[in-house]
Amino acid sequence: MNVGDLSRMPDARGHFGPYGGRYVAETLMPALLELDEAYATVREDGQFQQALKDLFSSYSGRPTPLFFAGRLTEKAGGAKIYLKREDLAHTGAHKINNTLGQALLARWMGKNKLIAETGAGQHGVATATAAALFGMECKIFMGTEDVRRQAPNVSRMELLGAQVVPVDAGSSTLKDAMNEAMRYWVGAVEDTYYVIGSVAGPHPYPQMVRDFQRVIGDEAREQILAAEGRLPDLLVACVGGGSNAMGLFYPFVNDGVAMVGVEAGGMGVSTGKHAATLGAGSVGVLHGSKSYVLQDEHGQIKEAHSISAGLDYPGVGPEHSLFKDLGVAAYVSVTDDEALDAFHALARAEGILPAMESSHALAQAMKEAANRPKEQVILVNLSGRGDKDLSIVMENRKGIVP
Amino acid sequence: MSRISHTFEKLSARGEKALVAFLSAGDPDRERSMAAIRALVEGGADVLELGVPFSDPTADGPVIQRASQRALSAGMTLPGVLSMAGEIRAEFPDLPVVIFSYYNPILSMDGRFHAEAVAAGADGLLVVDLPVEESDELTGSWDEGLDFIRLVAPTTPKERMKAICEKASGFVYLVSMTGVTGSEGLKQEVAATCARAVKSVTGLPLCVGFGVSTPEQAGLLSRAADGVVVGSAFCKMLEQGAAPDELRDFAASLKQGMKESGK
Repeated sequence: MNVGDLSRMPDARGHFGPYGGRYVAETLMPALLELDEAYATVREDGQFQQALKDLFSSYSGRPTPLFFAGRLTEKAGGAKIYLKREDLAHTGAHKINNTLGQALLARWMGKNKLIAETGAGQHGVATATAAALFGMECKIFMGTEDVRRQAPNVSRMELLGAQVVPVDAGSSTLKDAMNEAMRYWVGAVEDTYYVIGSVAGPHPYPQMVRDFQRVIGDEAREQILAAEGRLPDLLVACVGGGSNAMGLFYPFVNDGVAMVGVEAGGMGVSTGKHAATLGAGSVGVLHGSKSYVLQDEHGQIKEAHSISAGLDYPGVGPEHSLFKDLGVAAYVSVTDDEALDAFHALARAEGILPAMESSHALAQAMKEAANRPKEQVILVNLSGRGDKDLSIVMENRKGIVP
Repeated sequence: MSRISHTFEKLSARGEKALVAFLSAGDPDRERSMAAIRALVEGGADVLELGVPFSDPTADGPVIQRASQRALSAGMTLPGVLSMAGEIRAEFPDLPVVIFSYYNPILSMDGRFHAEAVAAGADGLLVVDLPVEESDELTGSWDEGLDFIRLVAPTTPKERMKAICEKASGFVYLVSMTGVTGSEGLKQEVAATCARAVKSVTGLPLCVGFGVSTPEQAGLLSRAADGVVVGSAFCKMLEQGAAPDELRDFAASLKQGMKESGK
């Protein structure tokens, strides 16, 4: 497949090679076209970009540090491991990069009501935060299973003034929250802005969210050059919808740096209880774009499984599907148990509690480091902090830690 | 001339409007779904929309969501829906049958949909989440045999309406309100205004649907259109265990409402 310069993706209609596009009900099309036009304008608007940059530095604490994890490196016994500390961004994850961008765009478009879906609750919290900051109304859709397992984030959203709408359908997780957010949007599209939290959904979301998240990779590239005098040998990030991974990968896309996206292997891909969409899925259309999805032979979407609510999703951003097909990035999976082990390893080695999502990336990074010489450099996106996951981790402690 | 066009011509000659009945195929199982379809046709349904149940129906309200779920639980698939279409074709040679689906089940048939749908005797296809920007990948290689019904929404600007209608065949489906299927709060005047706008850009028959649940509503809406689509109301009756006779009588009352309104 010859798709030309990857950094110039998508095309004008939102296609990343055979993926992406706009597969939505007609009721939403005019709103998406309006959004596309608005985003194309602010993308080139110096004032808008400066306002976002100012918020990044004065409000969300950017740039986030790049930390050399010396003790974790020693423990893994090979290549150097660096952590891009998105867990230190305001609200505790990379999600704020995107919600500040989209809320600023919503204001620019004159829309004063935000809605969002959330899985782990990090995107919901980040959207509620942006809504509070801009004085906007906010409604967050969240599966009842996730409401249960990410309870602290539900309270955070409510304290920030958002209304959390529990969604009890299907597996009652991220996919169902997104279904419900889209249904609500169909009925409220005239005055409501939908803040999609990943590089998924119909065009222009995959492009827009990537652009707002690329700050991760832009900073990391500069920081690793300063620290090591060269580019890393490997980038590692977890992939649910794929926004933190795309944010890290995209600025390196013409550098020839190896990249690994880590999906949730759940209880093991062979058990069928996993969220390894790129690893075990096939091409389909879900939530407005064409991409890999987990589905049965008749095109019905399967339920995903992961200990991590943020990765528990049977779809993935279309640009990742293209990266997979072209071999730009490799996609692997890490099981629930491996991710839990990595959580404990980082906590003990570096004094950092990672999010369960990011723990998947850490588990893979430690495996990769062990197999590589000490001169090599691995850069991991530590996409969020683990405070929200304490109850899950404690439930699954199983005597790992005395 | 397609069975769909022929039906609208016939109705128009009689001064009648079409009752387009939607059911989620296979709800609650194949046998009872077939019985419900027979009852609706007996009651006066002029066009049948066979809904393909989908796991993630993002344009549907709770009633059709549950109907889809029941059909899926009973094992319904898109090939299963086409097989139902074949059975309906054999029983009702003149009844236009439109397959109403989300895109993913069709995509999963890997290009075989058109030939198999035509072979089964289906007359048209409507894909909820395949807007005019993306539909060439499906219909680009189609030859005759299947009408492609397109949706127009109250949010659709006039220029876009024109572009959509130019690529439509069979009839045009106007979504009566900004919302999912089965929503409440249908506003006749708004829908009628939209209907007039669509009529001004196309000569195709126009059917209006979403949120129509009473003979009065069907009657009022039918004044501005060539047909009215009713779906959630039938699905709700099935959910509540209505017998075929009740479905037949309700279909007849909708049809009667449209006839009286046209007088």
